[in-house]
Amino acid sequence: MMAAVGAIEVAADGPALHIPDGFVSTPVALAGWVVTGIIVGLAARRAGRELDDRAVPLMGVMAAFIFAAQMMNFPVAGGTSGHMLGGALAAVLLGPSAAVIVMTAVVGLQAFLFQDGGIGALGVNVLNMGILTAFTGYAAFRVATAAGGRSRAVVLGAMFVAAWVSVEVAAIATSLQLAVSDTSPLSVALPAMVGVHALVGIGEGLISAAALGFVLSTRPDLASRTVAAPSTMPVAGD
Amino acid sequence: MSGTKRWIVVGVVIALVIAGSSAWLASGSPDGLERVAEDKEFLHRAEDSGYEILPGYTVPGIDDERASTVLAGVIGVIVVGGIAFGAGRLLRHSKPGADGPAPGEQT
Repeated sequence: MMAAVGAIEVAADGPALHIPDGFVSTPVALAGWVVTGIIVGLAARRAGRELDDRAVPLMGVMAAFIFAAQMMNFPVAGGTSGHMLGGALAAVLLGPSAAVIVMTAVVGLQAFLFQDGGIGALGVNVLNMGILTAFTGYAAFRVATAAGGRSRAVVLGAMFVAAWVSVEVAAIATSLQLAVSDTSPLSVALPAMVGVHALVGIGEGLISAAALGFVLSTRPDLASRTVAAPSTMPVAGD
Repeated sequence: MSGTKRWIVVGVVIALVIAGSSAWLASGSPDGLERVAEDKEFLHRAEDSGYEILPGYTVPGIDDERASTVLAGVIGVIVVGGIAFGAGRLLRHSKPGADGPAPGEQT
């Protein structure tokens, strides 16, 4: 859209946390590729074991929904926008391993096809927006539901909190990478990123809770395995 | 399975509607990272990717900005949904431990 900043169309057009090439140093970019490559590989193996046949179409729908939701930038304070990341929602619905695969597809496609986020920075982008959001969102959801139970209100509230936490974790990770890359000192980037994304996270939380509520209302069987504790006994139904 | 099929169609249609309507509804303001990069003066470090396919969620050659975004969104929804679905199927049906390439992964 219209950017106040002339020349840098790629950065100006892209949605929220996507790091363009140039923001992270070569070592950070490479480390991102290596770490992400390893985790995605492990997630692929685990997902193969954990997925059941019903979850496979849900992966496609989740990827489509998250891609679309990422296009829908919503305004937050002060002439700034944000958009959903989706990793926490995907992890709660699919489990963290399948969520990592879904998020890798989304963020990878955004880089390769839409020039949103750099190719060099793709490793850190998948790490921040896909892997960290999936695992921290999933962990936060599990903690919240373990404490609060599994009523619909608690589950949706836990989803909101988990989504908010996941966005902040992604923002913190991005700040660390910017600092290590000598792009912006941590004392500058961290408060700014955490502050903006505290607001972005509210949007993430609301959309995630709404989407989870939709799935629970329409096809609770698709979600039950992950929304009910997956590591304990499978729940037969309501 | 037809109930599931219908649910999938509904889900994909919702995604298409969101992606398409973003051409009208999405905020054009700089996003979180961009805002910080601008305020903290490191936005100039951003580098172009050096090639363009559907840059910034537009389709080159379509002058109408909204039509361009709608089409790019539809392409994205279909392609990414297909990739994730295909990856799920492959992972589901491949034996763990086999040394095939991981779908959705770089070479």
